[in-house]
Amino acid sequence: MAIDRALEGVGGFLDDRFRGAKGFRTLFKKIFPDHWTFLLGEIALYSFIILLLTGTFLTFWFQPSMTQVVYHGSYTHLDGVRMSEAYASTLHISFDVRGGLLMRQIHHWAADLFMAAIFAHMLRIFFTGAYRKPREVNWLIGIVLLTLGMLEGLFGYSLPDDLLSGAGLRILEGVIQSIPVVGTYLAFFLFGGAFPGNDIIPRLYILHVLLIPGLILALITAHLFIMFHQKHTQMPGKGRTDQNVVGAPMYPYFMAKTGAFFFFTFAALALASTFAQINPVWLYGPYTPVAMSAGSQPDFYMGMLEGALRVMVPWEWNVAGHTFSFNVFVPALLPLGVIFTGAALWPFIEQWITGDKREHHVNDRPRNAPTRTAIGIAVITFYGVLWLEGANDVIADHLDIALYTTTRIAQVSMFVAPVVAYILTKRICLGLQRKDQHLIEHGVETGIIRQLPSGEFIEVTHPLSEEERAKLGSITPPPSLPAPDSADHNGIPAPGSHGAIGKVRARLNSILTESIEVTGSNGHGNGHGGPGTDGNGHAPGEHEHAAVPAGAVPAGAVPAGGSQEASLGAGEAGSSSDDGGGSGDGAGHDGSGDEDSGYRDSGYDGTDN
Amino acid sequence: MSETNGHGELPGDAPDAEPAGPHRVIGTPPPAEARTLLGDREPDGGKVAPRELPADPADLRKAKAAERLVAALFILAMLAGIGFIAAYIGLPAGSMDAVLRSNLALGGSMSVAFLGLAFGATIWVRHLMPDVELTEARKPLASPAADRAAFAETFAEGADASQFVKRPLLRRTLIAATLPIAVAPIVLLRDMGPLPGTSLRHTVWRNGVRLMEDVTYTPIRPADFSSPGGMITVIPEGYEYDDDALAKAATIIIKFRPGQLQPPTVLNWTVDGIVAYSKICTHVGCPVSLYEQTTHHILCPCHQSTFNAPKGAEVVFGPAARPLPQLPITTDAEGYLVASSDYHEPVGPSFWERG
Repeated sequence: MAIDRALEGVGGFLDDRFRGAKGFRTLFKKIFPDHWTFLLGEIALYSFIILLLTGTFLTFWFQPSMTQVVYHGSYTHLDGVRMSEAYASTLHISFDVRGGLLMRQIHHWAADLFMAAIFAHMLRIFFTGAYRKPREVNWLIGIVLLTLGMLEGLFGYSLPDDLLSGAGLRILEGVIQSIPVVGTYLAFFLFGGAFPGNDIIPRLYILHVLLIPGLILALITAHLFIMFHQKHTQMPGKGRTDQNVVGAPMYPYFMAKTGAFFFFTFAALALASTFAQINPVWLYGPYTPVAMSAGSQPDFYMGMLEGALRVMVPWEWNVAGHTFSFNVFVPALLPLGVIFTGAALWPFIEQWITGDKREHHVNDRPRNAPTRTAIGIAVITFYGVLWLEGANDVIADHLDIALYTTTRIAQVSMFVAPVVAYILTKRICLGLQRKDQHLIEHGVETGIIRQLPSGEFIEVTHPLSEEERAKLGSITPPPSLPAPDSADHNGIPAPGSHGAIGKVRARLNSILTESIEVTGSNGHGNGHGGPGTDGNGHAPGEHEHAAVPAGAVPAGAVPAGGSQEASLGAGEAGSSSDDGGGSGDGAGHDGSGDEDSGYRDSGYDGTDN
Repeated sequence: MSETNGHGELPGDAPDAEPAGPHRVIGTPPPAEARTLLGDREPDGGKVAPRELPADPADLRKAKAAERLVAALFILAMLAGIGFIAAYIGLPAGSMDAVLRSNLALGGSMSVAFLGLAFGATIWVRHLMPDVELTEARKPLASPAADRAAFAETFAEGADASQFVKRPLLRRTLIAATLPIAVAPIVLLRDMGPLPGTSLRHTVWRNGVRLMEDVTYTPIRPADFSSPGGMITVIPEGYEYDDDALAKAATIIIKFRPGQLQPPTVLNWTVDGIVAYSKICTHVGCPVSLYEQTTHHILCPCHQSTFNAPKGAEVVFGPAARPLPQLPITTDAEGYLVASSDYHEPVGPSFWERG
């Protein structure tokens, strides 16, 4: 067989020299779980590869020079115009190099896709709790990558030295100058003197093509190796636990899938670059510090900073001969700084609040972490308001709203909207959890009403499949915190549990772990939830439709008698609570009640609790 | 725990199934124990483990159809790739129309080529490779306690042998020796630029420098600019191509009817209702390029700081904290508009030393 011969020949040659048979076998058999959201990071990775390829192509012609030349090239509209060599060579790439325009556009689209994919990937990681132990370090690397990506993009679109990008650099200079104490010096060192100088384009160029991509490449490598070593997380489902990985082996499945996905990414970028024009620098004209066109927007990933600058009120202090430009450095540094710092610290904050030091490899469904999800949506809302404000002139123009009104709306909603989003999200998550709980307990409604021999009407429900049940019941509750001021038998309080800090921690804990008791296949006791979580209180109330004691009646079961049937359903629910060995109050598993009648249920529940 | 997905049976009527010699019936699950991937645990004694992946997909007839489709897609991709090369050779660049044609042909063929590969490979994986779902055990990431202890011992032994802990003199002098070297790279960056000094406080405007119209580069007589309501960008004579100078010196002039200009505009610094303000926004330095004639508002297109032109360019909206500085102007002997001095305060964005 051809495969055997290849193994003998090439494989033997390599293994004689590198001893790879065992290692590569393990590698080939490595299991990759599958979920569509796992592709987001791959999009970022492949966009980056495409950026390296197209970027290298562009460097063959691009001249990172601010030397002024008079243009006499193929783009006749700018014939005889003075411009920098950077801008002239960008025109040359666009109009005289075959495929140059296509590569330029793919490069720019890929940069936007790279950033969009990083944002989406990061949100996926956050909302599914995939950053939890042991993956905190990879989360931090991701945040650094996002930051580097923003810088890389900003520097990249500044290189052509067109009117739009020059304005971006002017804003950058203004922002740097506003930094207290060192700002003026930093600006002069970066620009090689007063703005614009002759140095900024060559300096940004070397940062853009060497230093930052090198850092990004190194960090991506680390990111992937850590992911590889720790193994991928998996979404909850049947047979998936924190002790295993369920999926298909890397060879040949993942290799083929990811290869296909690389082609999809490249195809999408090629399509966009063929049919959707991006950054037509020839229309903007060369940079001059004297002019600026209306409707200027940065690339989308800088839009939030732009919006923050626009939304800020004009505060400036002059103290003892020095100027504090709160109107500039606060919006430029504070909102994004708080979001990134908060994101970086979040895994550790969450660990401290919940006391959860366990490894997690099965992801959370976002609804099963209502407070975390609500915080995430609140941050997105805050970001989104500022991002929209970054395009407020365009919005005002298209929606026919007064320009200043859009800013005033943003000034209010940047504070109000996140709070509303938080509350709404939390309610929605808790509602979804209740729905899941209902499905687990009662199965899926079939719409069929059946009359029992006793004359009673019941609605037939179809029990969930094992797969669904495993997914819905996937919640892993955090361990309980030691109560504030509690002490062990030696009288020594547990760390972080005493005094004011202990109280704050307990309070934060009760907020952060607020959740419905979804008791599924991996059921658990519910003693942990702390007092006052919704879970205990409501479940009995929701447990039964009044007067229709259906239970999880298996469809098609021939009812020998009401009690027989109902006990089947009750048995399931009961067993799941037993699994957990929970000492809890067994809320929701008052199976005994189901057997007889719904009326009796509520009475017993009331006293049970 | 592992199992092949659902359809693990060879359909009895599969006509395309080639007689493939003696092999097991496709889809028969091997013993579960053997099919669990146990990380890198050694398969005992180098014995060949039973097959973990089925050799063929469940439905061979469907697979045949999929094979034809994939092959067709790959042929399409190949043709598109040839088309790309042909378009490169056949279509020149060199003008707007030519570039648009070339871009469409190159990009279109490239898109088709990648789409053919992408869809082909996806269908291949989905319909030609047999479905599998395997389970691999996860080992705890933390090392066993014994390994940690052994490492700690090795580390301590090495530390002892190195004398690093025992001899603080060596340790401290080593750290002291590296500190200056660590700072040196930062010092090396000092010559990235000159010190700002007072350069941000001045522009190239001075007494007698003519205000030149920005586009035509011609001097302006007050009579040339007689219609109220317009805004003209002016630059200092002799600095047409000096971007460093223009980045601070760019100026706008606006003509007002008599009596419209009010304090804090300095009326002595105006000529026949013509007032000159810095064009560099006091927020972060964008050129304030928009002028609304009805309200006499000057608007910065970047962050929408709005300045009230007849009243000293005071801020009426937006993030800018200071009015646009006013340039004192007069006319020279030939009747052209000239500056009578530099700006009396720094123009453009704030900076720490501005005060």
